[in-house]
Parts: sequence; C-alpha cells; structure tokens
Amino acid sequence: MRNSQPVTYNTYKAIVIGASTGGRNALKTILSVLPSNFALSVIIVMHRHKDTDGYLELSLDNECKMCVKQADEKEEIKTGVVYVAPPNYHLLIEDDCTFSMSVEGVVNYARPSVDVVFESAADVYGQRLIGIILTGANKDGSQGLRKIKEAGGLTIVQSPETAEVADMPEAAIEAVKPDYVLSLENIGSFLRKLESEG
Amino acid sequence: MEITNENEEIEFDLLLQAIYQKYGYDFRNYARASLKRRIRYRLSQSNFKTISEMQHKLLYDSKFFATLLSDLTINVTEMFRDPSFFKALREVVIPELKKQPFIKVWHAGCSSGEEVYSTAILLKEEGLYRTSLIYATDADDVVLDKAKSGVFAIDRMKDYTLNYRKAGGLASFADYYTARYDNAIMDNSLKKNIVFSNHNLVTDGVFGEMDMIICRNVFIYFNRDLQDRVFRLFSESLRPGGFLCLGTKETIRFSSFSDDFENVTDHEKIYRKKNDEF
Repeated sequence: MRNSQPVTYNTYKAIVIGASTGGRNALKTILSVLPSNFALSVIIVMHRHKDTDGYLELSLDNECKMCVKQADEKEEIKTGVVYVAPPNYHLLIEDDCTFSMSVEGVVNYARPSVDVVFESAADVYGQRLIGIILTGANKDGSQGLRKIKEAGGLTIVQSPETAEVADMPEAAIEAVKPDYVLSLENIGSFLRKLESEG
Repeated sequence: MEITNENEEIEFDLLLQAIYQKYGYDFRNYARASLKRRIRYRLSQSNFKTISEMQHKLLYDSKFFATLLSDLTINVTEMFRDPSFFKALREVVIPELKKQPFIKVWHAGCSSGEEVYSTAILLKEEGLYRTSLIYATDADDVVLDKAKSGVFAIDRMKDYTLNYRKAGGLASFADYYTARYDNAIMDNSLKKNIVFSNHNLVTDGVFGEMDMIICRNVFIYFNRDLQDRVFRLFSESLRPGGFLCLGTKETIRFSSFSDDFENVTDHEKIYRKKNDEF
C-alpha cells in the first residue's frame, strides 16, 4: 500500500487524549498496545480529584511499555513518552514543544480541562496532531477537538457503545463530525498503523 | 489558515509591546500559550475581528485596558491552597523560624490575599504572629485592594475550612472570620502585621532581607528568562538560611540559582538558601 506513492504522508508528532469517568481502564487498553519506542508523544488529560496522588501515572507506567509520567513545568516533550496532566492545573503546550501550566478557573467544570490542552496543542502541532476523546460524563473536549480538526489534525472518538460513560464521546461526535469513530479495542492498533505509515 | 496564524503571531507580539509602552505592564516574557488563550477570550467577548482592532481600542481607552489586564492576570487562589504545603510549613519551617527574634515574610504575587491570611493564621497559632511582619505584594491594585479589605465570599468558607483542617489547623476556622450576609470578614487582628503594597516582579527590584518568601503559582506564567530574573530577585532578597516556597509544579532546579538553595522537604517545593560559607 505504501510503496505505491512517494512519502507524502502526514507525519504525526503527537497524540492528545481526553478522558473522564472510566478513563483509567480505557487508557490502559489503548496504551498497552503501544511499543516502548513509539514514534509519537502522547499527552493525556484525565479528570481527577485535585488532591489525588500520582497513582494514575504509576499504574499506567507499570502496565504499559512506554514510559508514563506526570508532565512537569517547562519540560521538553519527547517522543515515546506518555505525559499525564497534573491534577488541579491546566496544561498547555508552548511553541518550542515544552509544557506550561495555569491555575486559571475551571473550564467545563474541570481543571485540567481537555479543551485547554487540545486548543494549545492544535496551535503548536497543527496537522501533525491526533486528538482522541474517550469515555466520560461531561462535554469537555468537544471544542478542543473541533480546533484540532480546523487546524488540519486527525480526530478520533471512542464509539459511545464501547464507552463506560457515553456523554463525552457523544458530545464530541455531535460537535465535530470526527474523522474516525472507533471501538476502544481498535484505537491502539489504529495508532500503531498511523505510526508505521508516518 | 496559515496566513491567519502568521498574522496572529505578529499581532500578538505587537499587542504585548503596545501594552508595555503605553501602560508599563510587561507581559513580553510570559509563557505564551496561556496569554494567547486569554487574549483570544477577550477578543471573542468583544466585537473586534482581529487583535489589531483590539489593540487600537486598547491604546485609546484605558478602561478597556483595565478589563484586559484583569484577563491577563490570573487571580484564582484559595485559603490553605494545597493543604499539604501549609502542613509542611507548620511542621518543618516554623520550628526553624522560631529561632529568630523577628520574622519577615514576603508574599510575592499575593493576588487577593487568601494565602496571606492563611499564613497569618498559621503564624498566630504557632505563637509567632506578634513578632512577624508580612509584606504582601502584587502588581495589580484591584486585587491588592481586595486583599487589604479582608472580605471574601462566604460560600468559599466550607472548602477553606476543609483545607484548614487538612493543613493541621489547631482551632476552629470559623474563629477567624465574621459572617455578614454573603461575606466572610477576616478578623482584624490578622491584618495588624500585614503590609500590603504594589510591587511588580517583572520590573521592580529587591525587597529587603526576608526570612521567608512565598510565591506560589506565579512562576508557571513566566518564560525561562523571566523565571531566572525573579529567582535572582528572590535570592538577593533572602537572608542566608531563609526559605523560598513555590507552587506544587514549580521548581528552582532548572534555573541558574539552583546551587544557591537546598531542598527542605521531599514532597513540597520548599527550599532553603544556603549560607555563604558553604
């Protein structure tokens, strides 16, 4: 398939994932399929309690081949690493591909908000970005996913019937008309395919 | 799409330059992504089509600038925000401060003052308030006035009470304020040794020989260069052995001043300035 044309594929650089209720299991399903030398950076916003410890990062790191860590202020975003937004801060991405943070008010009742990181990722990565909305009881992420689409990035939503809570995927599908609606089991393998085509 | 983005970058730079030259507030070395978001928000709430149109308004209408300024300065804070930090302050830093006959604390970028009153309560409970002086500074007079008034929304007190307890509070939080209608008015005795004043970390200088500087969730808005400037300012404003307290996600470790400070705790961002002879 790929030898029929010269390399004009869109080379994706980063994946941003938004998840809420039920997100931990969904993230585990997707990330466990990705290899340790995965060629893209993965950035996750998961709604969680503001005083939570680093359990999510630790457990995902144990269960996945990629390195999973909490994003740090001014940290350079590397490929092959999964970054999780810290609790109680909004996460943003700067033009030089480093993280920055903000404690401005909640957006869609959430801090970190999926919309905030998606929008700033769309600014920086443009068409080299993949945005994914997973399970959740909220509408956060819909506007951000729209921004990713407008900037030429690829948009994916977990099919609502495979989501633990369908509200967030349903809201995203309605707002964006995403490029792909995939069952949870298929998202990871689809990302591997995109990586090898890149 | 590309042209729109390119123009927006130019307009963005020009706007920050205009704000600086006209009003003296220097946001040019702030982290961009968050600023961009807030300027876009103001644009979306206005009738202007571009940032350039908004810039024109800004130059000729100081009231409009005041609105934008309050968008650009994040003033989200709470009492005993991050209780574990205040707990560490009480357990680890206070015993050291007790060795001093007199204590000078600088709350830099204090916003509307919630954390200043938290520190005042902590010092009071530890028997140190009478011999302490707290300098509370911010670059924004509007929030500084609010801090001075010591009046906060009553509906936040439930959360603050919870924070206070988690932070190891020794009394009942309700003892520190009087409820009146929708307001909680902080006890006047807490204000006695607080000096509120305008100070801009970006453009102003050193602030005395402090025993402790608390500046939490301010550095996250600065770029590397500006962070270094302010770390230098803090290093020069602290006595040897003085404490520097930052927000949970902030660190001095990537700055040029890392070697001047040692870690005080593993989990909180509390640093101690080394003595010169070390």
